[in-house]
Amino acid sequence: MDTLTVSDLAVNYGNVQALKGVSFKVPKGQIVSLIGANGAGKTTTLKAISGACASKGTVMFHGQPTTGMESYKLVGQGLIHAPEGRGIFPNLTVMENLQLGIVGRHSAKVNFQKNLEDSFKLFPRLQERITQMAGTLSGGEQQMLAIARALIGEPELLLLDEPSLGLAPQVVKLIFDIIVRINKEKQVTVLLVEQNAKQALKISHYAYVLETGKISLEGKGSDLLNNEDVKKIYLGEH
Amino acid sequence: MNDFIQHTINGLALGSIYALVALGYTMVFGVLQLINFAHGEIFMMGAFSGLYFARYALPAGTQPSIGVTLMVVVAAMIGSAVLGVIIEKFAYRPLRKAPRINILITAIGVSLLLQYGGQLIFGASPQFFPTILPRQNIDLGGDIFLDTNQITIFLLSFVLMVILQYLVFKTQFGRSMRAISHSLETANVIGINVNKVIFITFIIGSALAGAAGVLYGVAYPKIDPLLGLLPGLKAFIAAVLGGIGNITGAVIGAVLLGLSETYVAGYISSTYRDALAFVILILVLLLRPGGILGSKKIEKV
Repeated sequence: MDTLTVSDLAVNYGNVQALKGVSFKVPKGQIVSLIGANGAGKTTTLKAISGACASKGTVMFHGQPTTGMESYKLVGQGLIHAPEGRGIFPNLTVMENLQLGIVGRHSAKVNFQKNLEDSFKLFPRLQERITQMAGTLSGGEQQMLAIARALIGEPELLLLDEPSLGLAPQVVKLIFDIIVRINKEKQVTVLLVEQNAKQALKISHYAYVLETGKISLEGKGSDLLNNEDVKKIYLGEH
Repeated sequence: MNDFIQHTINGLALGSIYALVALGYTMVFGVLQLINFAHGEIFMMGAFSGLYFARYALPAGTQPSIGVTLMVVVAAMIGSAVLGVIIEKFAYRPLRKAPRINILITAIGVSLLLQYGGQLIFGASPQFFPTILPRQNIDLGGDIFLDTNQITIFLLSFVLMVILQYLVFKTQFGRSMRAISHSLETANVIGINVNKVIFITFIIGSALAGAAGVLYGVAYPKIDPLLGLLPGLKAFIAAVLGGIGNITGAVIGAVLLGLSETYVAGYISSTYRDALAFVILILVLLLRPGGILGSKKIEKV
């Protein structure tokens, strides 16, 4: 069964139609990407899925419609969002940020201590900085923290919003390697939203191209990498 | 010198009461970016809940004691907390997504409603707050006195602040509250039940104001429904002085304000006492709008 099915999702911000009926699905165990330029509606899509903004259309999580459900209830069911702009709390310590990873998951049997240790294996640098305020971390470390916090809640579906934004190329590579690892080793299903189309397509089983609120193209990650239009518009090749 | 010590003791007692009220302002501001102008009335509700509890719930002939005081304080905390959550649920929650100015005007409206509604229910003329604490002056030598009221004020505020410190810095509720104060939107997306946390914040902030109401009634035993106005404004100023949204700042601001008021009243003239707080407010806003511990970020209201 597909972990997530989205049909005809539409979102309006005042008079602006940010999403004009988007449909896609995320099969269990896969990495699916939504790629597109700034303002294409990628972040809006994720917000609508996690219940953070009003939308029309249907979102099915594990075959159940999520209409009208509040974000914290969706998180409780394992739909966990690592928000854009590194969505961490700079005024809390690294540890406190991680402790919030289970805040919505009290109904699930989540083993905080074990997940914390697993996260430190993935991101040893976080362990060194455990008592530091999260705001003092570098950009890459903040992104690691956002992902680690999401993983501590044992996501059934991980929504990753622009994890590469504003990071140095080596750090981007590290983050993408980690995404592949958590997908392979922990079988975490991932919905990835990215402007960095090349990196995203390389690691994705399947991908959708979002253009001004609509899906213009879809296909296997490797197929889209070789698609002429995608190359020209998103990969900067000629 | 002895005068100075006496003024300092009195100032610290007044500052502790302000601190309990200022904490509520600053906590609510932290989670909602809202100055809860009805907070002074929540404080007033504490004084009246305490008064009615002492008058009607205690058996006739109950002698003043520490135990009685604690019971009255708890009753007042409950009374204020109930009022606080009613205000949150019916006045502020429906406006959660409205422009900030709407909520600000609502807060002022709720404040006026409670002041005059209070006169309707409790009566407009002042009432005497019952003696719930055996009053005794302890001579510290050299004409310096510490009375039992002051000791109670110090101890109770201290205990409440330690509990608050624990809640805010050691529990999942506290982490969630501080997360919301950074970004409500992010907090919501990562699974924090934002409404629940805001609700609990109102309970705690209001309960602290309720305790302060009783301490105020004990120290100045003539209370009326408008009594929240001036202490409310002063506690708000204390919170701004310390850096609004900052819990430690609220306590520092309140203690500084309590001390300066007492010094001004003692060394210059008590006529200027009430004006001082507003002079401080103007100076803070001009010179350091973020307050002592506040961030540099300028908040548009």
